[in-house]
Order: sequence, then structure tokens, then C-alpha cells
Amino acid sequence: MSTEANQTPDQGDFVSGTWAKRRQDAMRELGKAPWTAKFGLLVIFVYVFVALFAPLISPYKESQVIGPEYLDIGQAFYVEEEGKIEPLFSDEEIAEAREDGKEISHLVLGTDNLGRDMLTRLFYGARNTIGIAFLTTVLAFVLGGLGGMLAAALGGWTDQILSRIVDVLMAIPQLIFALLLLTIFGTSIPILIIIIAVLDSTRVFRLARAVSMNVVVLDFVEAAKLRGEGMGWITMREVLPNIMPPLAAEFGLRFCFVFLLISALSFLGLGIQPPTADWGSMVRDNATLITFGIPTPLIPAGAIALLTIGVNFVVDWFLQKTSGLRDDL
Amino acid sequence: MHKLFILVAQRLALGLLTLFVVSLIIFLGVEMLPGDLAQAILGQAATEETIAAMRERLGLNLPAHIRYLQWLGGIVQGDFGTSLANDREISELIGVRLANTLFLAIVAAAISIPIALTLGILAALYRNSWYDRTVNVVTLSFVSTPEFFVSYILILFLSVKMQAWLPGFHFPSLSNVSWDDTFLERLYAVFLPALTLTLVVIAQMMRMTRAAIINLLASPYIEMANLKGLSRRRIILKHALPNAWAPIITVVVLNLAYLIVGVVIVEVVFVYPGLGRLIVDAVRTRDIPVVQACSLIFAATYILLNLTADVMSIVTNPRLLHPR
Amino acid sequence: MTKFDKLKELAVQGRLSRREFIGYASALGITAAIADPLFMSSAKAAPTRGGTVRIGHAHGSTTDSLDPGTWENDFTIEMSFAVNNFLTEIDVDGQIKAELAESWDASDDATVWTFKLRKDVTFHNGKTVTADDVVASFNHHRKDGSESAAKPIVSPITDIKADGPNTVVITLSGGNADFPFLVSDYHIPILPATADGIDWKSGIGCGPYAMESFDPGVSAKFKRHDGYWKSDRAWFDAIEYTAVVDTAARGNALVTGEFDVISRPDLKTVALLERRPGIDVEETSGTAHYGFPMRVDAAPFDNNDVREALKWAVDREELVKKILKGRGVVGNDHPIGRSNRYHATEEELPQRTYDPDKAKHHLKKAGMENLKVKLQIADAAFAGAVNAAELYREQAAKAGIDLQVAREPDDGYWSNIWNKQPFSGTYWGGRPTEDWMFTTTHDKDAEWNETAFKNDKFQKLLVSARSELNDTKRRDMYVEMQRIVAHEGGSLIPMYNNYVWAKAKKLKHGEQMAANWDLDGHKWQERWWFEG
Repeated sequence: MSTEANQTPDQGDFVSGTWAKRRQDAMRELGKAPWTAKFGLLVIFVYVFVALFAPLISPYKESQVIGPEYLDIGQAFYVEEEGKIEPLFSDEEIAEAREDGKEISHLVLGTDNLGRDMLTRLFYGARNTIGIAFLTTVLAFVLGGLGGMLAAALGGWTDQILSRIVDVLMAIPQLIFALLLLTIFGTSIPILIIIIAVLDSTRVFRLARAVSMNVVVLDFVEAAKLRGEGMGWITMREVLPNIMPPLAAEFGLRFCFVFLLISALSFLGLGIQPPTADWGSMVRDNATLITFGIPTPLIPAGAIALLTIGVNFVVDWFLQKTSGLRDDL
Repeated sequence: MHKLFILVAQRLALGLLTLFVVSLIIFLGVEMLPGDLAQAILGQAATEETIAAMRERLGLNLPAHIRYLQWLGGIVQGDFGTSLANDREISELIGVRLANTLFLAIVAAAISIPIALTLGILAALYRNSWYDRTVNVVTLSFVSTPEFFVSYILILFLSVKMQAWLPGFHFPSLSNVSWDDTFLERLYAVFLPALTLTLVVIAQMMRMTRAAIINLLASPYIEMANLKGLSRRRIILKHALPNAWAPIITVVVLNLAYLIVGVVIVEVVFVYPGLGRLIVDAVRTRDIPVVQACSLIFAATYILLNLTADVMSIVTNPRLLHPR
Repeated sequence: MTKFDKLKELAVQGRLSRREFIGYASALGITAAIADPLFMSSAKAAPTRGGTVRIGHAHGSTTDSLDPGTWENDFTIEMSFAVNNFLTEIDVDGQIKAELAESWDASDDATVWTFKLRKDVTFHNGKTVTADDVVASFNHHRKDGSESAAKPIVSPITDIKADGPNTVVITLSGGNADFPFLVSDYHIPILPATADGIDWKSGIGCGPYAMESFDPGVSAKFKRHDGYWKSDRAWFDAIEYTAVVDTAARGNALVTGEFDVISRPDLKTVALLERRPGIDVEETSGTAHYGFPMRVDAAPFDNNDVREALKWAVDREELVKKILKGRGVVGNDHPIGRSNRYHATEEELPQRTYDPDKAKHHLKKAGMENLKVKLQIADAAFAGAVNAAELYREQAAKAGIDLQVAREPDDGYWSNIWNKQPFSGTYWGGRPTEDWMFTTTHDKDAEWNETAFKNDKFQKLLVSARSELNDTKRRDMYVEMQRIVAHEGGSLIPMYNNYVWAKAKKLKHGEQMAANWDLDGHKWQERWWFEG
């Protein structure tokens, strides 16, 4: 890296300008965004919409048992009694029911291992899973990112103490530690969020510190120190913008690692508690079906994968913008 | 180089301190879990009387700090003690398991690291091309799928269906290896778990490689090289990559650590006799000496790998090696 | 082709399971008997010797030990039956049968029992089994400071002594007509005596197979004991156990031929497994059951109307269908299974059904129309316990009961929740005799009296039935006891689970299989064989 580097990459769009101008800028940026970023934003928008309005768009209640278990995608049925459905397996049965004046409908995604509607569970799962994963990841990044930058910028004892605490936390295998803590403190959702966020923040800390270390030895940071700028100013104005790209890249992945940790915990019997629907547990509950070539567990797994891809596409776009790269390089 | 030596010595000393703190945390953690070994082993069959007798024999009725000090005394003399549950020597119990865990980790690392770095560099080189997007989507799909589910899918295609497609050949869905097997037999046995782990860790390493290189492409010295008319390939390989090593190494090492300490679920699904299953079992039964021994091994692994990463980051960045 | 012919063809091609066939056939008004000739895959053929059989076990932990007092999971229990012999054995028809004891006699009050030992039975190391070994093996569980899970079984023994090399005399504190059943328990194998106890660490027994290796929580290997005294048993040359806790992994390994038999296949997908060529799914219906015990000494369960309401508010059929996937039968709130000798018939004690109106009626009587109760549950209680509680919550809501499901950690569940909290979940493997079962769970002083049940009439019947030798009188007593428990007790037992396993078709067994435990009473290893 050359020593002539003495300016921060352009951060104008993010730190200056009035609201109106910013919005205008944002719209213009969006227009110029590559199709992947637009696709990512669309995915995120749809997921957030589903998460917010799950109770309104779901055909049934979150944990309502509507009929037999493992009904197929597109299963025909009529409503038998309040809340229960009667599946119709053959064309003759459907014709018969129609003659009886029954109203025939079809299940979009079938039912799960307890006879609950998969579509409903998927919608509610969006709400719970995204909410929890997002909160956890943000909390982890605030904790880990700030800690890492501080450690790098201040150095000395602060760095030593923070790094040693993180070393200890990271030296204990994450899954085992989570297992231990969740068994001790119980598996309520706030506790789940806090425990996973704290454990995850250690990873963020490591990365933030590593990249910050590269930044704080650069001349413009030295210059700011000589100018007598405060540590907070240096951290927020000089260090943060420069470590944003790798951190952002990490955010996209960390976000989906939270889903994964939760589903791993539910594999071991902890994790989000029923009847709360979450995609990780939905994969777990139906996973054995895949070994017989039945695609049901692919639906929640696909929902997680699609969101991860969407989030990472947007992150990539952000990465590209902040690094000030031209596509034609 | 002298400074580096001092740094390593310092870090090793700190490592010992870390190990001590880890052992304390784990001990307290297991102590705080509901129930103890006697209750866990006797389960539904427990009676007040048998629990009391077992606690008496194993010394579980002693105060916690005494038990910790007794354990610490043993460790200082290199004695890991015996498993409370079945009296077996822990060093003997863990030896084979550790070797198994390392074998799987090395196989998985040998497959995943070269692939991840190559994919990452190529993705940076052909940024925003169809190749870049496809690699991105595929690796992200795998990394966002729970490990056990990736395992099941691999088993479905490479084991169950393979049998029908290629009569007489399929990868085993169980990896219950033994050290009597030859190297090739063991390699064949761990193929599916190693492939699962590869798919799980590859995305993060590949993306970090790509991001670190792209991040540097904005640097003035790269612009300079660019203006000089150097080829894209040359810029990335000769100018950007050497400076991108620090974050890449950090992520590679974190993933290496994961391959050793984090493979509980893959071990469960493939019935692989590694350390992960041992520690989960031991936590369940509150077998503190076994939990402690496993935790210390994991912690030491992490500390050593971490130190390696830091040393390598310094060695690859002259500015860190010779701070002003 | 008629519908029936089509069914038959599918069955012969192996595209329909026996269960499915019977289901469809009975819809056509055809009895199940017709099915049997079509599904004679395991039909009688002379057993043949040889082969190495490999089993995938659902259980097995690194903390497993060879100490017989600690055996509690399928892996160790089955190992117990592979390596050891016992004084008596439960036969395939559920009756008691001689094993190491050739014959036995009881005093008139059933307190003194004399067992005559078979001569010339040897341990795997060649030593002959004597009365001293038997005495030492019992004392291992009886001694002061015993940690054995079998302690409640041996605690009524006041004295045990050898009378010559081949006779053992056991004296009990009270008469027990079922004592020969008790000594068949898997915790009490006959092991070689040492100067101060028994040698359990070497893994030497006197059973059909000798232990070659044992890696706790991973695997175990056995080789046939050539000097085994039963000539028409133990057909395999060798046995290999592997502990595979993950259900999907177990099923896959059976499909890919890495196992010949697996215990506890995933019930969710067992119907799919059954359709695979070369694989049989089999089940026995025994005494094992799942329940939600209510402690009658804690409010609001101290009110029998509340208990009645909760019993009427559970849809047993739905639980059997969804939790057991149909592989089980509904329970009637007492722990005596259909395979027990004195199980109360439908006439003697009608089956309780799902009736939210009756539940509401009882709540009204109790003055608790808006009953709110907390059910503390974990999947450690039984497979699918949390799901079962979820279904129960939905069912009870129709009776106006607000049932809150609190999921507890699996760890420590048996120590901290079960038998302590007012309303939880439970699992019982059941017992071969009524007395053994009731004494374990409903005796007022029993350690595992999970419902804190205390009923004077029941208690009197329990003691007098124990030493009653008249079969008719005994039956009346046990039926009455079942009635008391079902109508007044805190036991809520909605379902009896079948033991289910899956095996390769080439593995054969006799027509009848024991239902006292999983896998032919855990004695498949000495009863089954490979097709020649």
C-alpha cells in the first residue's frame, strides 16, 4: 500500500446533505444499481412485508392444527368443520364432494408434521426468524464493531483487555457455549438474542480490530492524531468509513449464520421454542423427509437461502459503492 | 524478527492465562447447569438413596472450589483425571477422538481452502460477471443451509441414489472410522462429512478473499498500476493480493478453527467418533473432567491458530512488522 | 381386475406394506387374515447359523459403563442381554421361563424362594456359574452405598444365601407371587463373583455372546460364545452395535445396507421406509406408554373434577395418529397394558374418549370454568412430547381450558421437573406384571409415585393381590385397581406406544415376538437369524 494515501474514500452520500437531497440521491443511486442489487432489495422488501403483515395474509393461525399431517403441495380439500379441513385424494373424491355442494380449495404448500398449514408457518416464520436474526446481528455488530475499533484506535491496555476477553470467549466452542448458557438461563427469545449476539460479536470484534489495525497505522489517521482530534472523532470519521466494506461483507454472512446457529441449537434440542414458527426449526422438523426425496423441508431452507442471497447482493452493491470502484476497471 | 519472537512468547504466556480462565468459566458453567452427574446418569431411575451414594463415591458432595482445585492440581501435573461416568482415563478416551477430529479437519481444509481462494481471486478478477454472480449465489445457498440439511442432501445423492445409479459403488452414509483402516479407506469414509464441511465453510473464505482484494483496488497505488497499463490479472495477483492477506488469513484461520471445534452436528449425522460428540455427551451428563479436557483442547487449538494468524498478518504487512 | 386383485398384485410386488394392505383391504370388507400368506417374508424356515449382524442403535452415550447398576438405555440394555444370562427369562408369549435357574419353589406365603441352578453353564472365561456368583450378583445391587438403579427391585430381599453350589435361597420381607418375574430384570445379570463383589469391569458374562470391544457411545462388538448352553439359540457368528443418535442417519444406513436392523426409525417417515425393497418395518404392542402425570397433592389437581376434566379434554385418537403415526393404541389412564395378563377389558372399564362437553361439566362442578394450568414438558419425557403437548393445548382449548405449554430443558428434566412439578410428561417402558408396575408408580410410598397417589382402598388391594394365588380373585382385584387409578388417580395416560424397528428382509425370526421390550424383548440377538 502506498504511503501517498492521505484521504478517505468519498463518503459524501452517506454523511452529508439534507434529507431531501439524500433521498433524491438515494433514488438516483437505486436507478443506477445493478439488477442483482435491485433483486436483493425486492427480496428484502417482500420479506419485510410478509413479516409485518403475517397475521393479515396468513390463511390460518400460527399454531392452528388444520388437518392431517404431511399433506402435499396443492392438496385439494373442503372445510369440514370450524378450523378443520378434509383432504380429497382422488378425482372421484373431489367430484363427489362437489356434488355434495362442498366448496373445494387447495392448500398452497401442504401441511407440516403436526398438520399445521405450511404457508401460514412460513409467513409467521418470516416474522420471527427475520426479527430475531436481524436484532441479533445488529446487536453483535454494534458490540463487536465498536469494541474492535476502540481496541485498534486506543491500543495499549484497552486493546489488551478487550482482546483477552474476546480470546477467552472465542476459545470456547460457540455451539457448546451457547448450549451451556441456554441451559442455564433458559431459552426465552430475549435470552437467545443476547447470548447469540454476545458470542457472535467476538467474531465481529476480531475482524473489526484486524482491519482497523491496518487503517490506524495509515498516515491520515496519524495526521488526525497530530491535529489533536478526539478518539471518538477519529474512530467515527476516519476509521469506521474505511473498515465499512469488509464489515458490511461480514454482516451479510453473519446474518445468515444466526439462522444457522439457531437451527443447529434446535437440532440439539434448544433454540426457538414451539409453537413459535421459525424457519430453522421448520427445516429441522421436516428434514428427514428429504432423504426420501420429498421436497417439503426445501421450502423453509429455500426461504433462508433466498433471503441470504438477497441481503448479500445488497451488501455487495454497498461494498462496490463505498470502495469507489468503477465497473469498467 | 526479534520483536516477533517476543510477541510470540508474550502471546503464549497469555494463552496459558486464557486457558486458565476458560477452565474456570467452563467449570462454573457446568456447575450452574441444573442437575449433576448422578442425576444425569441415573435419569428416571434415580432415587434419593442411589444419588446420595453416587455423589459420595465420586466426591460430588465436596464444595465446588475444592473440586476445582483438585482438578487443577492434576492438570498442572499433566494428569487429566478419569471420566466420572465410567472411570476411563481421559487421556486415553480423548487421544483417538482428537486424532479423528484432526483428520477430518485436515481433509476438509485441504479441499476447501484452495478452492475458496481460487474462487475468490477469480471472482475479484471477473467482478460482476456471470461467473462472479453464479459462484456467489451457489456458495451463499450452501452456507445459508443448515449443516445437517446439507448432509442429508449429500447422503441422498451420493449415497442412497448413487447405489441405484452406479451399482456396487456409493459413499458410506456412516463414517464410523477405525484406526485399523488404511489411509485410503479412511479418506473414503470421511468423504461425505468433509464435503459437507467444505460446502459450509467455503462461502465465507471465498467472499472475504474477493472483498479484501476489491477493497484494495480503490487504492491509489493500484490506480497507478492501472494507469501504467498493467493487465488486470497482474494487478490483482502481484499488487492487490499480497496486501490483502491479513483479512484473508484471519478468516481462513477462523474457519480452520471451526473445522476442528465446531463440527458437532456433522459428527452426529455421520456418526463420526470425534471430540464434538464427546463434549456434547459430557455436558449432558455433567461429566466435568471430560468437558474440561475437551474445552482445554479446543481452547488451545484456537489460541495457537489465532497466534499463527496474527504472526502471518504481521509478516505479510511490513507496516505492522516495523511500526514507527 | 378387481380392486382386490390389484391390491394383491401391489402387495406381492412389495409396493404395499402389510399395514397398508390391511388398511385398504378392510375398506373393501376383507379380513386381515388374508394378508398373512401374502406377507410371509419372515415365515417359518429352519434357522441357520452364521453371519455378522450389524445394528444401528438409537441410544448410546460416551458415559455408558459396564456396571450393571447403571444400565438404562437401549444400547446398554441390549448389551446386557447379549453378554449375560439371568435367573429367569420373559419368553416371547410374555410368560416366565427358566434360564440359569432350572426350577424354583416358593414357600406358601411366597416369602422364601428357592432357585435350583442349571449345572455346567460357563462364563466366557471358562469358569462354571455357581450359587456364589448369583449371590454376589444380587448383593452388588443390595450392598450399602449401592448406586444401582435396580435397588428398588432388590430392596424387599432380606436375605440371600447359597445352599450348596447349585441352590440359592432368597427371603423377602413380604410375600410376592411374581418374584420370578422380577429376577429377569436386565439390571441383574449373573456375573463372576470376586473376593469382595462381582467382576463387571471385564465385561465377562455367561450369555450367548462374548464381548470383543466396547467403545462407549460409539460401538461394541461381540463374538458367539461357543460354550453357550442353549443349543437352539444364538445363530449369528458375530454382532456389531453402532450408536446412531440421529434418526435420519439411522434410516439412511439401513437403506444403503450398512446396517441389517435399526431401532426406533423415524416415525414420520417410517411409511416411506417400509416401501423400500428389502426392508421390513415391524412392531410389537406392549406395556410402554406416554403420559401427563398430575400430582394430586398440588392445586388445582387436588380436585378430582379438575383431573376428570383434563382427562376428558385430551383427544387420544389424534395423539396416537399424529405423535405415534398410528403405531400405538389409546391409553385409558392406567399403566396396565394390553399385553399384561389382567388388563381391564372394554366391558370392565370402558375406554375414555374425547368429550369437551363432559370436561366442561366437570369444570363447572369444580367451579373452575376458566381453568388455567401449566404443563411443563421436554422432549426428554418421550419422543414428540412437546408436539403432543401442543396438540393437547389445542384440544383442551375446545373445553375452555387454557393449557399453557412450558418447554423445559431436556437436561435435568427427570431430576427437576418430573416427579416434582404438578403437571409434566412421563414415559414408562412398562412392567411384565401388574404388581411390579403398580408398586413402582402407584404405591403410596414408592419413590416414583409420580402422581403423589394415595388411596387406602387401592393400597389394601395392592398388598393383598401381591400374594394372592387364586387367578380369578387376582384378576378382579387388579381390574378394580385399574378402575380406581383411572377414575380417581392423577395419571393421564393418553397413549401406549408400540415398539417399532426396521430390518433387512433377509433377517428372520420366529412367528411370535416378545413385547416386553423393544426388538423382541431385546433378545433378537439370540432369537433371530439370517436367511440361509
